[in-house]
Amino acid sequence: MEDMLFYDRIQFAFTITFHYLFPQLTMGLSLLIVIFKWKFLRTQRSKYNDAAKFWMKIFALNFAMGVVTGIPMEFQFGTNWAKFSELTGGIIGQTLAMEGMYSFFLESSFLGLFLFGEKLMGQKLHFLTGFLVFLGSWASGFLIIATHSWMQHPVGYEILENGKFVLDNFSALFSNPWLWPSYLHNQLASVVTAAFVVAGVGALYLLNNKYSEFGRLFVKTGVISGLVSSILVAFPTGDWTAKNVVEHQPVTFAAMEGIFKTEDGGSEIVLIGQPDMENKKLDNKIAVPNILSFLTYQNWDAEIKGLNEFDEKDYPTNIPGLYYAYHIMVGLGTIFIALMAIAAIQLWRKKLYKTKWVLWGLLFMIPFPYIANTTGWYTAELGRQPWLVYNLLRTSEGASPTVSAGNTLFTLLGFVGLYLLLGMLFLILVGKIIKKGPETTIS
Amino acid sequence: MELFWYIVLMGMLATYIVLDGYDFGAGIVHLFFAKTEKDKKAVTNAIGPFWDANEVWLIASGGVLFFAFPTLYASSFSGFYLPLIMILWLLIFRAVGLELRGQFHNVLWHEVWDKAFGIASLLLALFFGVALGNVVRGVNLGMVENGVSAHEAHYFFLPLWNPTFSPSAEHLGIIDWFTLLLGIIGVVALTIHGANWIIFKTNSGLNQKLKQVIFRLNFVLLALVIASLLLWHIIEPDPFHNFIEMPWLWILPLITFIGLFGLFKAQQFKKDGTGFLFSSLFLFGGFLTTAASIFPNVLPSTNSINPSLTIYNVAAEEYGLSVGVNWFVVALFLLAIYMVVQYRIFKGKMDDVGYGEH
Repeated sequence: MEDMLFYDRIQFAFTITFHYLFPQLTMGLSLLIVIFKWKFLRTQRSKYNDAAKFWMKIFALNFAMGVVTGIPMEFQFGTNWAKFSELTGGIIGQTLAMEGMYSFFLESSFLGLFLFGEKLMGQKLHFLTGFLVFLGSWASGFLIIATHSWMQHPVGYEILENGKFVLDNFSALFSNPWLWPSYLHNQLASVVTAAFVVAGVGALYLLNNKYSEFGRLFVKTGVISGLVSSILVAFPTGDWTAKNVVEHQPVTFAAMEGIFKTEDGGSEIVLIGQPDMENKKLDNKIAVPNILSFLTYQNWDAEIKGLNEFDEKDYPTNIPGLYYAYHIMVGLGTIFIALMAIAAIQLWRKKLYKTKWVLWGLLFMIPFPYIANTTGWYTAELGRQPWLVYNLLRTSEGASPTVSAGNTLFTLLGFVGLYLLLGMLFLILVGKIIKKGPETTIS
Repeated sequence: MELFWYIVLMGMLATYIVLDGYDFGAGIVHLFFAKTEKDKKAVTNAIGPFWDANEVWLIASGGVLFFAFPTLYASSFSGFYLPLIMILWLLIFRAVGLELRGQFHNVLWHEVWDKAFGIASLLLALFFGVALGNVVRGVNLGMVENGVSAHEAHYFFLPLWNPTFSPSAEHLGIIDWFTLLLGIIGVVALTIHGANWIIFKTNSGLNQKLKQVIFRLNFVLLALVIASLLLWHIIEPDPFHNFIEMPWLWILPLITFIGLFGLFKAQQFKKDGTGFLFSSLFLFGGFLTTAASIFPNVLPSTNSINPSLTIYNVAAEEYGLSVGVNWFVVALFLLAIYMVVQYRIFKGKMDDVGYGEH
């Protein structure tokens, strides 16, 4: 039983982590492509259209990866989490079915037109199809986060005697207080990834002295959108999200901040330190007094509940994992703001394209928004443990009753092998597109 | 309300089979009949801009199943665990083969991805036929052993096969000779269907050859369908009871046979799309006839302890089902617009679309 749950969880975690490497880029990138296309319509300068077409190629590849790795996500609710699906399908099935009906059909219908139909449709319609692809991908994100929010903070339900969750208020799913902060936070984080990728590729071109005109355009677009999005992702949306956790999941908040004990006169904010679960303390701690109380309640002395106030059986299952995930996300988020601010200042002084160390910084930073997005999701998901539906349904009650550990390990190994192959092929192909560079239209 | 969603779900699945069916069929044609680079190009051009949207019908059907019939979703997805995950792997391989082939101009590279695309298509056609066979044959719900259920009444698990490959054995497997027969029907029918699509959407030199292939395969398909009808009583002693109680249901087998016989006549019509129309009718009607024959069951039980799963004992509650109608109707309306736009812009022959060239 223990093994079975372990493999079910690992398989879901592995496949969703891999899957989300792709949508996090495509959601943000679709916005930037729409902006390039819009600039082209306004200025009629072909470099914007060429830029849009170049990023469309990368978008298409990522989108295809997102689709093929996304289908297993929907299937796994039924294959590995049958009991959870049976009990909550009447509610989360609504938002997941809506995702298929609203966003997937929209995206897939118009992506083909966007990729192959420019000559057939003319520029204005082509812009429109691009916009619809953007809309579809953001709608998809919305419905997934609506599902996620219901699991974190269930609303609009009633529980029957047989344990089934029944929907009794459809609109509550969309006015869930958890939903909007998480959605905005997540979408801005996706723009951060796209902005760093665009800026990083631009920096590569400038450092390499190849495609320099596009290099400048990409760096400029990436830095401006990167600065705006990395500030907004922290404040106000990250702040709202954290306040939701404080209010509705105080034990999770204590665990992710590494607060083992309630402190009189305000809690410190922990920057670095390693949780020692045996002795219930942080080792090698570096912390700033009273800041956490201030950030949380705008009051230096406000009390923040530590883990000591809660029942151990409701502790998040993996407190060190949760703590690290959260701190990595916040730490990287801070670095993103700093780097983008420096780059923006250099851009404003018209020196950025020649400031090599900042360009190198942008190039090396490409993987880190992916790590920050992933650890952000780990914070949310590990923070919800040991529950599937917060405070109502435990993870151990949700797995498929008849699927043995051996069968799940078999499919897990299959997914690992297949995704390693996919990942390698993906990197080769992206490398090829980037090396080939944007094609210039001769007008 | 259950009935409404049942009809919606079956309609969506039938649409999926018709749409992605031609993609799988094109893959099988690609594997066996497209020898030259030009032929292969014709095949991928014919499905290139469509396959992704067609696959969305599977995801959307899965979503509707999850939301409207959560117990069926939970029971069947966990019970058919292994074949479902393998279908996922095949779908991934197929998509990767199709999309990656044109990325490098190298003979070995092309060969690998051609085979991946073709073989995955073939296996998918087989698996979907086998899947349908499993659903109509039924499963040991609750995993009853010596008159005692080992699990809750609606859960089960099936291995890929049992040693006897018999649909009436005590310990069932996914693959037995009955489900395999339906799998083979799936392969033959989808090959015809895919070939018809290619004829419809391209002017390639392959078309003449495919017309002959279709002509021969029609006889094979007819023979297989007759064989399966003769053997059907083994899994269901009274397969016509629904049709006798509700005579209007005969329209479904009628559609199927119009499609089947139309295929023999298709070459006499002038328009290239006629064959595709008939193979679509056959698939659409054939799937719905099969579903109707077990109605209101959606997954029959092979033991006498636990009842079969019907649309009434697996559905979500009334409020959720009715509220879903609102968003579903709006979505369907939007979908109709997308499809009209998409098929109008990519109407006619696809030879010049240049799919997969980068």
